[in-house]
Amino acid sequence: MSDAESPGNPTLTPDAQTDDFEAVEVFPDSTDMDLRPGADNCYKCTACDVSCPVAEVDDEFPGPKFQGPEQWRLKRKEDEAVDDSIMSCSNCMRCDDACPSGVPLSQMHNTARGEYVDEEMDKLSREYIRNRILANYGTLAQLGSMFPRLANAVMGNSVVQRINEKVLGITAERDFPEFATQTFREWWNERGGPQVRSEEKRVAYFHGCYSNYNTPEVGKAMVRLFESFGYEVVVPKQRCSGTPMFANGMLDDAKRAAGINVENFAGLIPEGYDIIASCTSCSMSLRQEYPELFDIDGIEDLSAHTYEALEYLRIHEDLESAVREASVEDQSFAYHAPCHGRNQGLDRQAVELFRQLDGVEIEDVGDSCSGISGTYGWKEEKYDKSMQIGADMFDHMEHAQGNVGMTECPTCSMQMEHGTGYDIKHPLQLLEEALV
Amino acid sequence: MAITDDVLVIGGGIAACTAALSAAETGARVRLLAHKKSTLRQASGLVDVLGYAGGDGPLSDPYAGLDALPEGHPYHIVGEDGVRAGLRIFEEAVGDAYRGGHTDSNALVTTHGGAVKPTARYPESVAPGLVSTSGDMLLVGLAGLTDFDAPVAADHLAAAGVPFSARGVTVEFPKRFRADAKVTRFAKALDRDEDVDGGTVRSVLADTVAEELDGESRVGFPAMLGDDHDEEVRAELSDRLGVPVFEVPTGPPSLLGLKLEDMLFDALDEAGVRISAGNPAVDFEADDGRVETVIVDQKSRPTPYSADQVVLATGGLVGKGLDSDRESVTEPVFGCHVPHPEDRYDWSEPEAFGDHAFARFGVVPDDELRPTDEDGEPHFENLRAAGGVVGGADVAREKSASGVSLATGAVAGRLAGEEATR
Repeated sequence: MSDAESPGNPTLTPDAQTDDFEAVEVFPDSTDMDLRPGADNCYKCTACDVSCPVAEVDDEFPGPKFQGPEQWRLKRKEDEAVDDSIMSCSNCMRCDDACPSGVPLSQMHNTARGEYVDEEMDKLSREYIRNRILANYGTLAQLGSMFPRLANAVMGNSVVQRINEKVLGITAERDFPEFATQTFREWWNERGGPQVRSEEKRVAYFHGCYSNYNTPEVGKAMVRLFESFGYEVVVPKQRCSGTPMFANGMLDDAKRAAGINVENFAGLIPEGYDIIASCTSCSMSLRQEYPELFDIDGIEDLSAHTYEALEYLRIHEDLESAVREASVEDQSFAYHAPCHGRNQGLDRQAVELFRQLDGVEIEDVGDSCSGISGTYGWKEEKYDKSMQIGADMFDHMEHAQGNVGMTECPTCSMQMEHGTGYDIKHPLQLLEEALV
Repeated sequence: MAITDDVLVIGGGIAACTAALSAAETGARVRLLAHKKSTLRQASGLVDVLGYAGGDGPLSDPYAGLDALPEGHPYHIVGEDGVRAGLRIFEEAVGDAYRGGHTDSNALVTTHGGAVKPTARYPESVAPGLVSTSGDMLLVGLAGLTDFDAPVAADHLAAAGVPFSARGVTVEFPKRFRADAKVTRFAKALDRDEDVDGGTVRSVLADTVAEELDGESRVGFPAMLGDDHDEEVRAELSDRLGVPVFEVPTGPPSLLGLKLEDMLFDALDEAGVRISAGNPAVDFEADDGRVETVIVDQKSRPTPYSADQVVLATGGLVGKGLDSDRESVTEPVFGCHVPHPEDRYDWSEPEAFGDHAFARFGVVPDDELRPTDEDGEPHFENLRAAGGVVGGADVAREKSASGVSLATGAVAGRLAGEEATR
């Protein structure tokens, strides 16, 4: 029991408590987050700082230990503002995985960033507007995919890219991801929804923004694969998982989206559905950030029933035997595990599985961060750092035997492609090729 | 349907890695189930076997001290053969990166506090700084790295009566970083040999230290001399200074511990061990006296892993393989019996470095390293334990932590592998 939890302190008079001493709220309202136990658990071993990819390339960045427990303590004084360095955290969440003491670092960062954006950031500033646009990629993509060819031509235009950089601060170094001419949901509706019906085996697919607007082939692979195992797949209406919103401190936007997602998915759970995501940041968000940050009816239930696609099949089917009996044409992959997949304990599953698939060579390109971290690497002022973080991965990819990349994360795949020029596949696409 | 293997090793430290490598040697299909990043990154990177026993020490021959250890010590179960098996697996995993295998005798290594630690295997970069070799020593501390106070460490060495003179100086690193920069930032600057006023980091650091050098025949730095290009960094500094350069092991974040972690995990990969890391084992299902399934808390969702044999290598009180509150001490995954005095004031002694009962808390293994219940019967036919979770050793006072982990890991892993492939 820490001293702060002791009821009453005999050396302090009641007056002193009201004038000079501000008591810490130990038992806040049940709807508030209590980050104190997390802060108290930090014994300053610096394991988080050493594992932080931003701190490794950015000498100005104070690292996760400061952004989390130390800043939380500083903030007990009401006139202390959140330090602006919080905006340099890329929300890769590797510190969570490094902490041997259970400090909820990413939760502390998300909370501090939300507060900074709410209270410190000028809502008319270029940075705020740019971040808001990036955080709401789903909205932008929805517009773009109404006229995909036109949008692709406009966004791919170098003049437009330079204007984006000068006016908005979105780097001109990267090519904007192309919109698919048919979104996943358009395909889904065109095929008439589920082709398999089942009372026992049911999943609801959380496709997220990217497999809907940009890589519908990943979503299609998910559907065909799960249907081949006899699952009924449904695709409820959904909003962005919230990942880019958390990373930019737009917690109100994230909460609105979360409310819709919880409403549309949690109600399916009593009917026997589990929730499947193909993007590891989406599954991370539903599983960890939702219950950590928001108090919404059904949010814990949604978290406990959400899986990444490959993970789900590994647990519920004899996927290994199926893969061992299958074969594909000879191909070699350089696999990168996304940080958010790593944090769910999924970093090795694709390599472990595909090593047993006849025809496939697959090599893990190491445990570094790809450096893009969603919207981080799209920011003009972060672009160089993003590429420095990714340098190890690019190097390992070039030395790997395969010249096709593989990863579960859409923005990691952008970075892998940007740094090496390789085509990038999602594990579901290879699994579909092998098993369907 | 659970994810299924022959042998499941729970843990991510040196005992778990050794158990997994040992089990893999039997041909079993092995999975390592680790929670967070390995605690090896908090460790010094030194591998001790036995430095003090029965009131004697530092021991020059660790094997000679085995008989003097108290009853119930895990070394009595695995014997000298177990210790040697553990060291063999370790040496095969780390190759040339470690020294000390040429002899059964302990080496005496300088710690970052200036104490002298008897140790069986040590990183190559530590070798020139052994106290058991002669040569006057200059210890160099860096102004930004406060964990290593070179003058204090040198005074401490001299007070210990080492047969050479030791002197410590603190210098400015050629490149200035933020006040709380980590040892890894210094290492990176040396790795890349970053440009600074008057040259590069390596050359300017060598010039600075050369000015301080006063006839000493070896120079020690805290363990920060490069990460990816460490051999190159040390060679260049030695060359420029004209004397051997060595590293002094440090506390967390320990570069030597991080490197050991990488080497052991590479060896696991090489041996075909599967690794699932990032989530804790929290529960199990058993049937007919056998563990059938280990339940992993995958972001608050239970995920089953099943195996024929299970090795528990989750660590001791610090590694969280043992849990304690004001009432009792428990082993949280399987609820194995952990004997301890009823009155918690009997758990420790008043002196900080006293003969604490808590240091020896842990599960009680039978002769096959299976944790036993109050009646001395194994809890489960197919569950073994290795490393810090095993009771009976006071590893801090004995200087035996790595050795106990290596030996119990080697034996528990081999037995589990043999059972699973029988």
